[in-house]
Amino acid sequence: MAGIDCVSRAGIWLFLALVLFAACAVSVDQAFAVHMALCSGVALICAFRAMGEVGKPEGLAAETGYYDEVIRWGVIATVFWGVVGFLVGIVIASQLTFPLLNLHYDFSTFGRLRPLHTSAVIFAFGGNALLATSFYVVQRTCRARLAFPALSRFVFWGYQLFIVLAATGYLMGVTEGKEYAEPEWYVDIWLTIVWVCYLIVFAGTIVRRSEPHIYVANWFYLSFIITVAMLHVVNNISLPVSWVGSKSYSAFSGVQDALTQWWYGHNAVGFFLTAGFLGMMYYFVPKQAERPVYSYRLSIVHFWSLIFLYIWAGPHHLHYTALPDWAQTLGEVFSIMLWMPSWGGMINGLMTLNGAWDKIRTDPIIRMMVAALAFYGMSTFEGPMMSIKSVNSLSHYTNWTIGHVHSGALGWNGMITFGALYYMTPRLWGRERLYSLRMINWHFWCATLGIVLYASSMWVAGITQGLMWREYGSDGYLVYSFAEVVAALHPYYLIRTLGGLLYFTGALFMTWNIWMTIAGKRRDEAPLTTAAYDPARDHPLKPFAA
Amino acid sequence: MIYDSLRRIADSWGLVAMFVLFTIFVGWALLPRNRATNLKAARSIFEEEGHSDV
Amino acid sequence: MAKWTSRHKAIERNVTILAVLALIAVAIGGIVEIAPLFWIETTVKPVEGVRPYSPLELAGRNIYIREGCYSCHSQMIRPFRDETERYGHYSLAAESMFDHPFQWGSERTGPDLARVGGRYSDEWHVQHLKDPRSVVPESIMPPYAFMAERDLQFKNIADHLKAQRGVGVPYTDEDIANAVADLQTQATGDGDKAGLLKRYPKAQARDFGGAGRITEMDALVAYLQSIGTQVDFKAAAAQEQPK
Repeated sequence: MAGIDCVSRAGIWLFLALVLFAACAVSVDQAFAVHMALCSGVALICAFRAMGEVGKPEGLAAETGYYDEVIRWGVIATVFWGVVGFLVGIVIASQLTFPLLNLHYDFSTFGRLRPLHTSAVIFAFGGNALLATSFYVVQRTCRARLAFPALSRFVFWGYQLFIVLAATGYLMGVTEGKEYAEPEWYVDIWLTIVWVCYLIVFAGTIVRRSEPHIYVANWFYLSFIITVAMLHVVNNISLPVSWVGSKSYSAFSGVQDALTQWWYGHNAVGFFLTAGFLGMMYYFVPKQAERPVYSYRLSIVHFWSLIFLYIWAGPHHLHYTALPDWAQTLGEVFSIMLWMPSWGGMINGLMTLNGAWDKIRTDPIIRMMVAALAFYGMSTFEGPMMSIKSVNSLSHYTNWTIGHVHSGALGWNGMITFGALYYMTPRLWGRERLYSLRMINWHFWCATLGIVLYASSMWVAGITQGLMWREYGSDGYLVYSFAEVVAALHPYYLIRTLGGLLYFTGALFMTWNIWMTIAGKRRDEAPLTTAAYDPARDHPLKPFAA
Repeated sequence: MIYDSLRRIADSWGLVAMFVLFTIFVGWALLPRNRATNLKAARSIFEEEGHSDV
Repeated sequence: MAKWTSRHKAIERNVTILAVLALIAVAIGGIVEIAPLFWIETTVKPVEGVRPYSPLELAGRNIYIREGCYSCHSQMIRPFRDETERYGHYSLAAESMFDHPFQWGSERTGPDLARVGGRYSDEWHVQHLKDPRSVVPESIMPPYAFMAERDLQFKNIADHLKAQRGVGVPYTDEDIANAVADLQTQATGDGDKAGLLKRYPKAQARDFGGAGRITEMDALVAYLQSIGTQVDFKAAAAQEQPK
């Protein structure tokens, strides 16, 4: 964009706004019209902003520090979407407990809110956390300023637009009907554009590095960005019914569609929620512990084993279905093998604290990160176990799966993100320390208790379901009707909702803490330790001549 | 036909090729001669400027 | 050995090589695993009776997808004694060969629906969808009374059939030309029923609950009543044996 003057830039945005407005006018369904109007509005705002730059001196002085503005926005967006996503989670958990809460509107039913919850926590909360931390880590480990700052702003705001389009679409019933890949074709195309720009910014920064070695955290981030691009594009290939309508039909059908979907779905977990967050772990845990990672070579082994094994494991979501048997067995074997690199990574993270175990007691951020690693270990043990066909025959279709997913998402992804946010916030806003370190403890205990309630209630609920469904009486008939099993789950659904509420309360403590830190306040409290920060050392170096 | 031959590749040479590639990568990481590089990389996130190796 | 070490140093230092290697590693798994599935028709013969959805069933299926029914209902019966006794014959791969996208689901917050067609009366379905707890007190399903109020949008149903043909469903020109008429015939029971049954064997044509109008409720109930009914398992038993 740098080469185009602001008047032509405004013209391009204006033209885009008009095209989108035309698409809105001729659309064949209401949802598509709403979305095009929304995009048209965004393009208009961009046009006005570009116009506003007319008359200002061209070419600002070259910045010398790290480009952190987009990361600050990323931190705010992560906290915001986290709170939204957790809240919708509580709403849908309450709907399963008290179905009256579905109300009588179409947009307030469980079926439409559930993708809103999953996308809000995975793509909005998790995605923004990955954007923010990857931009933070790649600059610091490469000791280089972020490449293409303007493009990084586009990536951030474009990603927010993707979230808003997806979320409003779900409420209006716009969905492709494939779990975790629900956004329709035009939202998918938009995300693809944003994602390619993300890759350009990230890889561009690595190219500009002044550090000869590419630190291992960046390997994880890079593989996450590339793989997610591949998964997203392949799984979302579909044919729109009309170019000015929201509905499209998946290019694949039946067995092929199922395998493609779970190849995507499982690796969204593997690369979005695991590889990307491991990148976070490999930077923030050593930094907060103030000691290098336990074994760097183990981290390399970890990286290659993870990406070689993970991609095969998808079929374990389709055990005993109409999928060919060989594919199921392949998925099972690779899923079990995955246990090893997962625990290798967990041990590597935990052992980083070797010789400084007292920090778990004294440093609340370290405690958060250690809990995250412990939950990572737990869910990566549970996962391979559930992929064993005989276990899966009981656990599949039950709430055990829901419990498993949440011990990973709340425990691992949530906690490591909270740790990273607590680490970055004072550094990004130039504060001496967080508003309150004690408040992290409150957050920690709320979150941990919440996860324990959640995971245990769903585990018991899952086993209960699985056993009741297959229970035969001495007369040779099934003992329970389906409705009786639903009724039996009520207390567990209630406990789960309470667990979610606790977790949400913890997130509110974090929101307050980060808000006050940004505001520059400091809570008067008995001191706790945290990693020291020296702003003078936090800057890019001259480019490394390769 | 294509299905059968692809399947055969999938559970024989495909797996072997993956395994060999993987072994090379891991073997390299474990080479004793790379110990110093690894140590330096691990510590790199704590270093300030001024270090310009190579 | 020294040569190898220096080469790997290059990998570590060159972002393009690192990216390409990572991509190869992740792509091999995907290709090896998925690609064979695309030639699966050559070994799995289509089962007699499986046909593309009629226009009304397709419209109903789109409502099923729109409302996210797959979040709670699976359409995939596994070959276990308790499942086949509870739900019916286990699902065959061919039964979902025209499902773009598949709706096998991953949760059974509610029961499996792979063979729900013909199990309950239309009246039961309408009442259950309007107020689930009035017929199943333990149910935690959301109410869908609004569907009975809303007219089905089917003016462009032929475009939907065309798009389906674009992704491989064998709709004929005749099917597409008659799409709107077939939909009306099936939802009311009046019109060219013989033509409808010729194009979509075993399609059920009647007022499914719209009380004179063609509502979203009609379409959804028509779809639900058709799920899992295409294959006649008493007659098809022999086909499951290898030839």
